[in-house]
Amino acid sequence: MIEVKDVYFSYPNGVQALNGVSLTVRKGDFLAIMGQNGAGKTTLVKHFNGLLKPTKGEVLVDGVATAKVSVAAIARNVGFVFQNPDHQLFSETVEEEIAFALRNFGLKEDVIKKRVTWALNLLGLAQYRKTSPFMLSGGERKRVALASVLAWDPKILILDEPTIGQDYQQKEKLRQFILQMRTRGKTVITVTHDVEFVAECNPRVILMKEGKILIDGEARKVLTSPEILEEASIIPPQIAQIFLQLSDMGLPCNVIDVYEAKTILSSFLESHL
Amino acid sequence: MSVFSGLKFRKVYSPIHNLDPRIKFIYVCSIFAIAIMFGELLPLMVLFLLQIPFVIVAGVKREWLRSMRGAAFLATFIFLTNFVASYIGAGYVFTIKILETAVAMTLRFIVLVESFSVFFLTTSPDHLGLALEQTHVPYEFVFAFTTAVRFVPVLAEEAETIMDAQKARGLELERGNFLKRIRNYIPVLIPLIVSAIRRSLELAEAMESRAWGATKKRTNLYTLKVHRGDIVLIALTSLILAAAIYTRLYLPVPSLSELLKIPS
Repeated sequence: MIEVKDVYFSYPNGVQALNGVSLTVRKGDFLAIMGQNGAGKTTLVKHFNGLLKPTKGEVLVDGVATAKVSVAAIARNVGFVFQNPDHQLFSETVEEEIAFALRNFGLKEDVIKKRVTWALNLLGLAQYRKTSPFMLSGGERKRVALASVLAWDPKILILDEPTIGQDYQQKEKLRQFILQMRTRGKTVITVTHDVEFVAECNPRVILMKEGKILIDGEARKVLTSPEILEEASIIPPQIAQIFLQLSDMGLPCNVIDVYEAKTILSSFLESHL
Repeated sequence: MSVFSGLKFRKVYSPIHNLDPRIKFIYVCSIFAIAIMFGELLPLMVLFLLQIPFVIVAGVKREWLRSMRGAAFLATFIFLTNFVASYIGAGYVFTIKILETAVAMTLRFIVLVESFSVFFLTTSPDHLGLALEQTHVPYEFVFAFTTAVRFVPVLAEEAETIMDAQKARGLELERGNFLKRIRNYIPVLIPLIVSAIRRSLELAEAMESRAWGATKKRTNLYTLKVHRGDIVLIALTSLILAAAIYTRLYLPVPSLSELLKIPS
């Protein structure tokens, strides 16, 4: 569980990135943090594993204040996958890359071997076991980065812009993968600009602007509130846009799911034809 | 990273910023040469104090102090090596002269850092490139140089992100003995170097597609002209240099302890 209590943060260069953020993430939550560039999304999630410590207020991870413990200690429970895989890949083989964190946490060699194989299979990377991560494509590198964090099976997983540069198929796999994590009782937090992806996943959504939380609620509610979305410089997902424009025909406005939209529209058409 | 911030240019206007970078560079080189010429404390102190008006007129006191603080670690190191070496060399006898030489050597280093810091703090990379170009350095080299200078802050920022990413994977940079600590930086250095190379290739492609080097003869929107201030500076530089050479050749340089009549 993560508790953020009235957190303020300013960077050494004076930029005030967080202006009093309070928030609770419970076990098993699936949370998407959205907002325009510079809204403070990445700054906020960097507080969740102690990479940044609040200038005012406090962040508790499982009841422990992040200011008091090292990043490595928190990282054991909170996995953080960075946006750009090139910022972390350095090993000679994919296998070594995934084992790196496990060695840092002091796991035994036979356990490491098992965990690496598990992570490789989970993300469909088994055939690249002995390949250099630098020889892989962008999407594959991104998956290696993800695997290298998943390998130690953290309780909380933070994904910074996981869908950037991924094709539709990969996005769908990512969605399935997140669902799988949730059935295993893991908490998933993602920072993203991808409205359609969020609409498909239907998580709890937090909209941020200028270092503050504008709204915190169900995707279905948040992504169908045009005024608040506009304030956060976000366009509603396409399904929501259609239903918002059709609202005077007596259709519901809070639809973001394709299948739900299909059901509503077909029954509407049947009753009017 | 604090040493870098002492060399980072910030756009402000002051009489020092407006000086011709070529002449400023001659000035810095002269100070450099004089600092090498003298090993005594007294002239080095004069050289050190000589820079301070420049810093104040240029209004870069804060950045300059930061670069001085960045140099402090190396300065301490230089002081200790000099002091310990001459202490042992003198047969384990402490004299005030040994202390003075060690201080002088440290001050020499500080003067070098100080003058280069003033130069880089008050000269924009573009201005510097222009100066190099007008002294007929081939444009390819000028461009490589200005690009390198420009990318220092970008690289510093990137290094920070990479460190964060690796820390999130349980890397503890400050753990272990000296050798282990150096090895700890491998997971930071490799991604940094790889991404720097990748970026340079991308930059080259982007520039080729924007017809870089299509015309052999380049023209510039701005040209450097020597103004009155520059003439004053060049006169001042010649004067200081001449005085220094004269002192070195014909005048005895007293040590500070002799001057203050401290018994050694």
